[in-house]
Amino acid sequence: MSGLREITDRAGEWLRGRGPHADVVISSRIRYARNLAGYPFVNRANPRQHEDVRDRCREHIVSKRLATDVIWVDLNQSPALDRQLLVERHLISRQHANPKNTIPRAVAIDADETWAVMVNEEDHMRIQVLRSGMQLAEAFDQIERLDNVLEEKIDFAYSRRFGYLTGCPTNVGTGLRVSVMMHLPALVLTGEIEKVKRAARDMHLAIRGLFGEGSENLGDLFQVSNQTTLGRSESEILDDFQRTIVPQIIDYEHKAREALIDQRPNQLDDRVYRAWGTLTHARTINTEEVLQLLSHVRLGVNLGRLDLPQVNTRTLNELFLLTQPAHLQRVVGSEMEPAERRIARANLIRKRLGAH
Amino acid sequence: MKKKCDKCNRPATHHAIEIINGKKVETHLCDFHAAEEGMTASGHTPINELLTNFVKINSGVEDAKPPDLACETCGLTFSDFREKSLLGCADCYRSFEKPLSPMIERAQEGATHHVGKVPARAGASPHRQVQLTRMRKRLDDAVMNEDYELAAQLRDEIGQLEGPE
Repeated sequence: MSGLREITDRAGEWLRGRGPHADVVISSRIRYARNLAGYPFVNRANPRQHEDVRDRCREHIVSKRLATDVIWVDLNQSPALDRQLLVERHLISRQHANPKNTIPRAVAIDADETWAVMVNEEDHMRIQVLRSGMQLAEAFDQIERLDNVLEEKIDFAYSRRFGYLTGCPTNVGTGLRVSVMMHLPALVLTGEIEKVKRAARDMHLAIRGLFGEGSENLGDLFQVSNQTTLGRSESEILDDFQRTIVPQIIDYEHKAREALIDQRPNQLDDRVYRAWGTLTHARTINTEEVLQLLSHVRLGVNLGRLDLPQVNTRTLNELFLLTQPAHLQRVVGSEMEPAERRIARANLIRKRLGAH
Repeated sequence: MKKKCDKCNRPATHHAIEIINGKKVETHLCDFHAAEEGMTASGHTPINELLTNFVKINSGVEDAKPPDLACETCGLTFSDFREKSLLGCADCYRSFEKPLSPMIERAQEGATHHVGKVPARAGASPHRQVQLTRMRKRLDDAVMNEDYELAAQLRDEIGQLEGPE
């Protein structure tokens, strides 16, 4: 089994800046909520049952049938910094990382980091697959393979009427959540993002920020996901995203980008180059500012306004992640106070962007 | 008799019994202190809150004091569910079907039935699922009461019911 350290030295699969429509779509994510039949849900189980469920999940997930190399992280034992790293990489939820949570719980991660299973979060298993760019079809094929292999050996809680049974009835049915992370700087700059948000809500979609609730507009990154899990099949839910929702938002963003170039080219370049100037010269900087500046530089690079050999989408995507507090401390190799982190962050950015 | 919270005078809603070095250690906490101690999963998404609000509105409009239902299998009461928007076991969907169905319908854009994947494994009959959950509860009671003979018997029965994997 590999260790956590090996995967955290690289950027996560979802940030590699590859895949179709990578200029707007950062990542595609799909998750299934599943519970083991014959056990109370996480909310109601006692500590012994939690351990029993955890051990059973481990036995089935770590077996060679899912992947040759699976990393198992016991979250009750792991250091706070490791848990924070996993949150920053979107491999576990904040709730799953919370030190006040004493439920015996874990996460299994494929060494290639294309899938992860949270054990004893709100449900016994939260299986998720992550891909960079717009790759929902590939992500769906993969999660189906994982789910089918697990189902050969495990009875999941299921009823004919309600489908897969989940701790919270808002996930019942398919237990499926599709989540597409999109970079929408032009819609934010033109103010049209509010229209998109309203339209999305009318379509029963949730729009959240980079780190879920409370991180709206950070780095102009938005996660669009379905809220309805019952009454439509997995492929119908997926089709909506592939045929309508995502192409439409990509189209809006492209139109907003064209409008910026046509109508306000000087303001656009000003934003891009000021962001570039600050990132390559700052001596101390916080995460929020970094995300905003990276967003504008990313926009400039994607539109060909800023054309430098040392900067591409991948470098910028990596900086989105590596400048987060836990990753920064891992890269530097020591724990730091916030003030020290701001200095180390500025140094790291200048180095990565080829400035001194 | 209803137990009070170990840390205040409110009724305890969260109970844990652990066997540490062969000694039984009981913890009883109210919702507030349970959350503080991390006994409960905190930090619901707003979707959960949305559902909680649905329940609160529903129960307020339809009946000022609905009788508190309890799940026959896991013991969760409907007011527990209303607090946290989380069900206790698969059988809660059956136990609370009447009040729960309209809430699910509202939260799920009017959908009432699953359309989609059916598990390939035929072994998971609903009856067997409920039976297993109930037997596991009896097993825990037996361990708690230090009735190891009954516990061993129940373990065998659970093993038989689960069948070979």
